[in-house]
Amino acid sequence: MHLVTYIGLAHHSEQTLAESLRVIGDGHASQPDVLHTCHTLAGFSDGHLARLAPIVARYGEQGHGEVEEPERLHAAGLAQVRSGPVGLLRDLQDLHVLATLVLTTWTVINQAAQGLRDHELLTLAGEAGGETSRQLSWLNTRMKTAAPQALIVAT
Amino acid sequence: MDRIADLWGPRTPHAKGTVWPARVDQYLADGLAEDQVDRWVQSACLLCSNGCGCEIAVRDGRMVGIRGRAGDVVNHGRLGPKGLYGSTPWASSPDRLTHPLVREAGRLVETDWDTAMARIVEVSRRLLADKGPLTHGFYTTGQLFIEEYYTLGVIGKAGLGTPHMDGNTRLCTATSAAAFKESFGADGQPGSYTDIEHCDAIFLYGHNMAETQTVLWSRILDRTRAADPPLIVCVDPRRTPVAREAERTGGVHLAPRVGTNLALMNGLTRELFVNGWVDEPWVRAHTVGAADLRSIVEPYTPREVARVCDVDAGELSRAARIFGESRDVLSTVLQGFYQSHQATASAVAVHNLHLLRGLIGRPGSGILQMNGQPTAQNNRECGADGDLPGFRNWDNPNHVRELAELWNVDPLTIPHWSPPTHAMQILSYAEEGSIGLLWISATNPAVSMPESARVRRVLAGDQCFVIVQDLFLTETAQLADVVLPAAGWGEKTGTFTNVNRTVHLSEKAVDPPGEARSDLEIFLMYADAMDFRDRDGAPLIRWRHPEEAFDAWREASRGRPVDYTGLTYEKLRGPTGIPWPVNDQAPEGTDRLYTDAVFPTDTDRCETYGHDLLTGATVTEQEHRALRPAGRALLKGARHTPPHETPSEDYPLLYTTGRTVYQWHTRTKTGRARTLNDAAPDAWVELSVADAARLEITEGDVVRVESPRGAIQVRARVGQVREGAVFAPFHYGAWDPAGLDVDASPSRQANELTMTVWDPVSKQPYFKTAACRVTKIRAGAGPAPAPTTAASAPATDGVPPTAGGPPTTTRRVDTPHYPNDPGAR
Repeated sequence: MHLVTYIGLAHHSEQTLAESLRVIGDGHASQPDVLHTCHTLAGFSDGHLARLAPIVARYGEQGHGEVEEPERLHAAGLAQVRSGPVGLLRDLQDLHVLATLVLTTWTVINQAAQGLRDHELLTLAGEAGGETSRQLSWLNTRMKTAAPQALIVAT
Repeated sequence: MDRIADLWGPRTPHAKGTVWPARVDQYLADGLAEDQVDRWVQSACLLCSNGCGCEIAVRDGRMVGIRGRAGDVVNHGRLGPKGLYGSTPWASSPDRLTHPLVREAGRLVETDWDTAMARIVEVSRRLLADKGPLTHGFYTTGQLFIEEYYTLGVIGKAGLGTPHMDGNTRLCTATSAAAFKESFGADGQPGSYTDIEHCDAIFLYGHNMAETQTVLWSRILDRTRAADPPLIVCVDPRRTPVAREAERTGGVHLAPRVGTNLALMNGLTRELFVNGWVDEPWVRAHTVGAADLRSIVEPYTPREVARVCDVDAGELSRAARIFGESRDVLSTVLQGFYQSHQATASAVAVHNLHLLRGLIGRPGSGILQMNGQPTAQNNRECGADGDLPGFRNWDNPNHVRELAELWNVDPLTIPHWSPPTHAMQILSYAEEGSIGLLWISATNPAVSMPESARVRRVLAGDQCFVIVQDLFLTETAQLADVVLPAAGWGEKTGTFTNVNRTVHLSEKAVDPPGEARSDLEIFLMYADAMDFRDRDGAPLIRWRHPEEAFDAWREASRGRPVDYTGLTYEKLRGPTGIPWPVNDQAPEGTDRLYTDAVFPTDTDRCETYGHDLLTGATVTEQEHRALRPAGRALLKGARHTPPHETPSEDYPLLYTTGRTVYQWHTRTKTGRARTLNDAAPDAWVELSVADAARLEITEGDVVRVESPRGAIQVRARVGQVREGAVFAPFHYGAWDPAGLDVDASPSRQANELTMTVWDPVSKQPYFKTAACRVTKIRAGAGPAPAPTTAASAPATDGVPPTAGGPPTTTRRVDTPHYPNDPGAR
């Protein structure tokens, strides 16, 4: 069952997103809203991971020999930050890409959960997807705010 | 009567539902008698946000005193200590700025207006040519007039086209505006001061009204000291006079741990749900979001709130019961919520409580989200703070088009591609140099903004050209490249609007000193020199005088919730200020909003589509349409998160800043009123009895208070603050009546310690959540310089009481008829 592949993808991509949010937040600490909001948003992902644990236990996860993982499944996280206003903009854009991967993963899982009539998984996929949308909304808001100054005026 | 010793004056108690009796307070300087006054000039007081109607006494071309206007709906003749003693002395202070100054070889030197303005215009034109309007930033205040804000708003938005406009209102009242927008769709105070006369309970959230709005507090005292008093509930980490009144009336004082307001509010909200105090049919008909709110507050049981906030679970439940079971409730909110952690969510929670019970829009059931400053409301209305004029939505192309047509400019000139830039972000752009011209009017960020060392560095640096327009050479003006001398209150004509939407006209009483000019004249001078034009090549700014500017603003407000179309200078010369909206439907003004429970939340009308209260992410137009609020109020919530800085081993105490009754802002005016300054002449910190004992600190000891960002050295008052918290007044900078010592070390400035961090929605900086440590430096010689009369009262006896105000008069007069007052019908 390929669902386990996607449960594995959810697990891995949420983890990557949480770590990357913290790296970017800490790296742009001179922008306090970026610092603090990135940590809050990373907390969302931590919560999803915690709730995913019992589901992983039920279905298993890729990497346990059941299903072969397709190549190039995972997105790499952000290990370091760029500097300056344009650097911040690009970092937020990268976070947006990671969060989009998380969101579509939950969308796909949600579909499967309906087919399986798995209420626990369905609730998690719905709520985690909703919170991922909130992560994306903030990233989008912050990028729109930063873009004019960064692209037109900043040196 | 000594109004330093007696902050609120004599009581005039009266029964519920009756009109607050009139009482006229008056003060004349230098022992002058009334018959020595040449003339009285109509105005309203500028020394807090209450907006008391008053008259300025003039003798020999000088302002020499003040008296309340008995017919004014705001104050019924009363004035507070700051208004009485502080309104006029600054004006004739010998250190007024009387000439423009420019920086030459590192020093500020006197010059003429042409030279100063030419220097500004040269920088402005160069930056516009090089990189466009995003190089320009404006940082104003809550103390200019409507005419000045609106003119500057048009210059910034239609002349230059910069989104970088904000005021110190961001530090004082941004959360009030943001909370209104989230709940009701637009800014606008729902309640009225007349709610005090009709309510059964008053909840004051983070609002030490007894000191911040003394006249409003005397209005409450005249109810609580009557035979049928309302119950008072106070949420404050200090045992303020409000807290003591709560105890006296059988109400509740909740002193939550600093930074946990939202957990407390979620607990109160949950109590309404679980005890069946929710008016289900009303909520169904007039709100959106009850089910989501209920699930957000569900975990906040009284026990959980007791754990997070360190309050008594039973007292929390008792407070909730008072809210749940009183027929009519008035709520007021101020800096204890606005400048603290999760500010907007906490202020919105106050709305939620009222909406869940349908307590809005009728006498006695009101909300007063307060302001700190007298004209803060106008900065929000007129567009000098970045919001579009007339509570228009920057994200709504139709609203932008309306303004473009009014001003006859290309809609793309008006910056509306993202939210207006907030003050701390403007500072950050100035720091990196992408804002190359920063124009500061009538405010003193070098003392009032958080993390002072950083602010000084940004303003003093070469990366940004700084213009300061003020009455005095403040700590901020010292750092400027050009300093412009401004006329103050009583030296110019204009209008302004108080907390409960009441508009007053303030007439010019005397000429400004030297070459000082009104802020309106200065902005017009800049507009002329820059030659801003509309789409047809005509001058963009088509007015010269205050009254013409007011008329232009009136047109901008037409058809919006903040409708001024029924107001004229002539009408405002009547016996009282008039609350907006004033239009054909309400020619005499409007005492309270939302009497029909229809809110400006319609997607096409609202001022904002809203935000995620936890993260600040904006709601899109499509999402808002999908919600279909259509005139229903929005119930919104968020879970509590820990503050950004919590106590640690190194910094074990919580640091919070605030106000004292005798000083105002950075003391530019009150510090020059000897009577007021003598009552609170120097900075201090307040410690609880338990913390002081543990640190072996006694009253008056010199202590060092330190956070990861800076330190101050001041004297300690062992007082009324809750255990674990330290309170410091924010008023004191390097300037003192004795002189200015910018290199003073160690500092006494409270903001040396505060953090650069702000609310995700309102963007209001948090001045009340930092960690600190306190160490004793040496024993003091006598008590701390803190007043004894209010929240700073000492815990122990033996400190001489604060007193010594020269005599004022106070007399009862027949209570006139107040238009719109529900008790008068």
